[in-house]
Amino acid sequence: MTREQRRKVEGFIAMTLSTLAALTGLFWLVFILGDVLVHGIKAMDLSLFTNDPAPAGIEGGGLRNAFVGQLMITICATLIGVPIGVLGGTFLAEYARGSKLSRIISILSDIMVSVPSIVIGTFIYAVLVKPLGHFSGWAGAIALAIIMVPVVLRTTEDMLTLVPWTLREAAFALGAPYYKVIIQVVYRGASAGILTGILLSIARVAGETAPLLFTSFNNSFFSVDMNRPVASLTVTIFQYAMGPYDSWHTQAWAASLVITISILMLTVIGRLLIKGRHFKG
Amino acid sequence: MNELTEFEVKGLNFYYSGNVHALKDIGLPVYKNKVTALIGPSGCGKTTLLRCFNRMHDLYPGNKYEGEILFKGNNILSEDIDLIDLRSRIGMVFQKPTPFPMSIFDNIAYGLRLKGIKKISDLSERVERALNHAALWDEVKDKLHANAYELSGGQQQRLVIARALAVEPEVLLFDEPTSALDPISTAKIEDLISNLEKEVTIIIVTHNMQQAARISDWTGFMMLGDLIEFDRTDRIFTNPSQKLTEDYITGRFG
Amino acid sequence: MPLQYKKNPVDFIFSATTAAASFSVIIFIIGILYVLVTESSLAIEKFGIVKFLTSTDWDPVKESFGALTNIYGTVITTFLSLLIAIPVALGIAIFVTEIAPNFLKGPIGAAIELLAAIPSIIYGMWGLFTLSPIMSKYVEPFLKEITAGVPFVNVLFQGTPMGIDILTASVILSIMIVPFTASISRDSFNLTPAIVKESAYAIGATKWEVIKNVVIPYSKLGVFGGIVLSLGRAIGETMAVAFVLGNNHRIATSLLDAAATITVTLANEFAEADKDIYLSSLFYLALALFVMSFITLAIAKFFLIKAERKYSR
Repeated sequence: MTREQRRKVEGFIAMTLSTLAALTGLFWLVFILGDVLVHGIKAMDLSLFTNDPAPAGIEGGGLRNAFVGQLMITICATLIGVPIGVLGGTFLAEYARGSKLSRIISILSDIMVSVPSIVIGTFIYAVLVKPLGHFSGWAGAIALAIIMVPVVLRTTEDMLTLVPWTLREAAFALGAPYYKVIIQVVYRGASAGILTGILLSIARVAGETAPLLFTSFNNSFFSVDMNRPVASLTVTIFQYAMGPYDSWHTQAWAASLVITISILMLTVIGRLLIKGRHFKG
Repeated sequence: MNELTEFEVKGLNFYYSGNVHALKDIGLPVYKNKVTALIGPSGCGKTTLLRCFNRMHDLYPGNKYEGEILFKGNNILSEDIDLIDLRSRIGMVFQKPTPFPMSIFDNIAYGLRLKGIKKISDLSERVERALNHAALWDEVKDKLHANAYELSGGQQQRLVIARALAVEPEVLLFDEPTSALDPISTAKIEDLISNLEKEVTIIIVTHNMQQAARISDWTGFMMLGDLIEFDRTDRIFTNPSQKLTEDYITGRFG
Repeated sequence: MPLQYKKNPVDFIFSATTAAASFSVIIFIIGILYVLVTESSLAIEKFGIVKFLTSTDWDPVKESFGALTNIYGTVITTFLSLLIAIPVALGIAIFVTEIAPNFLKGPIGAAIELLAAIPSIIYGMWGLFTLSPIMSKYVEPFLKEITAGVPFVNVLFQGTPMGIDILTASVILSIMIVPFTASISRDSFNLTPAIVKESAYAIGATKWEVIKNVVIPYSKLGVFGGIVLSLGRAIGETMAVAFVLGNNHRIATSLLDAAATITVTLANEFAEADKDIYLSSLFYLALALFVMSFITLAIAKFFLIKAERKYSR
């Protein structure tokens, strides 16, 4: 083999391997999604949404409590986490723009985004569950909110930074105070991006299980009381999948399907939104 | 010279944070309802000077003014000037169009709403007047509620001028308003500026000497933070008194 | 260039509110550290630091706790999963940036991002119901068979293939990590200036040579940062491994043995810990996990910042 041939063969092998790697990645996506879809659809049943769980081991029943609980916890987490995240990002990108403080908080937020979520669960257990003596929906919502804050904060910061600086000067030149410039001009310019960040952060926490295990815990009865243990889809999936009954496994698949589809939809909508934004990076 | 002065700049020194001496002992009058052009090579301080008139430099810490700019007898560089009031009386148009991310109507109404005008009939009337003023009404009257970003670059720049005009300022500052536009849009903006001079005092920074010659009554030539020469535009361009000015306008540098 | 905003009272209130909101991140970090240290003080007093980290005891009955089996489980599953994930992720990144025809780049990139968005509990449950039987029936017996005669290697595959073990957990963890690593690597690869690549093509380099000699060296800081970031994620992952690792507190030498990671121990035992010292030891574990992952993530961030600086020049 000549040198040139050898180079070409080496190139061909490398190209083939990375193509195979990509196919492997796609294979898992199709495999996992397909599996969830097939098993989930088989288990899909209207009673799943309208009934509460039957006593353990007995056929029938549904997961109404977990669907409602999941919604309550996620909505409360969003209501707490999003304002803190958006305002915090505003500070970094506007009032503290370019300062060392802003840089440090930004870096710490990036680290917080990846801190193990189960650690946040233990933290909330120590500050909210142990002192009060009982698990509660609020504890779960706050744990999820703590996970959301750095995500929303960082996207907000990035999106506000993309809004051209001259736009702010133009608003100042009309005699607007800074808070009006931010709220009326900058937020509008960054709205698509910020909304994407919010949707992606909801998608992120809606699938979290670990921080809920010992905060909102679980509840096999229907309850809308956020001061008591609240069932969530994810914790229910964990409990049911690890449990001994086939009917539990079936319902775990169904719950997985619902949660996967919701999260993928949030993700896709979020990604589409950002494509239509005004200021491209 | 029996013209009224709008501004009287006296012994103005300006330092960017870090003590960069950007304007050195500038003195000039700005005449009422005239167009004053500031020309000079990049970095000469012309934009810095322009941004003193509405105290834009106050947005950033560490900047320092010395001297005075008298406006209606008051020194606008003094500490107790209300910047919000000052800026609503002195409008500014930037190099690149800066429409806000909202509808055409809301863009024009923005400054009016800041001033507390809320009644929709008042707003509509003044928005229409401003757009007419900026020669944009006919082009946008059917799509006032369309997003301002749908307009072309030249239209956006006229929109921004209309936005500045809507609050009926006494002075308009232009910072190279046509440098990002094509020749046709540039011509429209220049016409507009010439028409506006009856009602407002205009200060314009420009790179383009022909533009200064075409539209201004008075011209200041700056270099390295110094005001080299200030005179009637025709004199500056036909018979400058300074060698540096002559070199610059004949294209020997810059 | 921070603005001067104190002049307007509303502006002052608004800016103070935003400042408080952004300080919440610092408060969370300090709060977590403080609370975990306080809660684990009982265990810290009883077991110290070195003894806790090096003891293999995990015995709620005798009330003797050490972190080593958990740390071992965390380290080995993380290591194995990265071993599998890194080549695949780099392959995907290379494919998406350099090889795929343009009309495929978008869809495949999007598919990878979607894979990254699937919650870890789905991976975990799928691992339990689908992958684990496949592993115990086909993959693990096969691996046992081919390594049977090979000294040292055969030790890794001793025991009965149950599908609930280190190997299965690592495979699931790697499937979960791949899209994340791939998407960061892709972003780094994309930062290589086209003109640099073109000049390499211009002297007759093959596509692979351009990737190997230009793209990878150019983006290695970012890719490395991305890999460390994935490491940080893998260390802290709970649900993807909780289903299929068992919960076995011993130092397993075979990949076909069950084990326990810090996260799995926390997930399984935290809500059931009935004695103060037991709960305190679990908090101690959480503290160890927090410190480990925080340091890892900080290192990752350090490299990513360095990479960012390099590109922006």
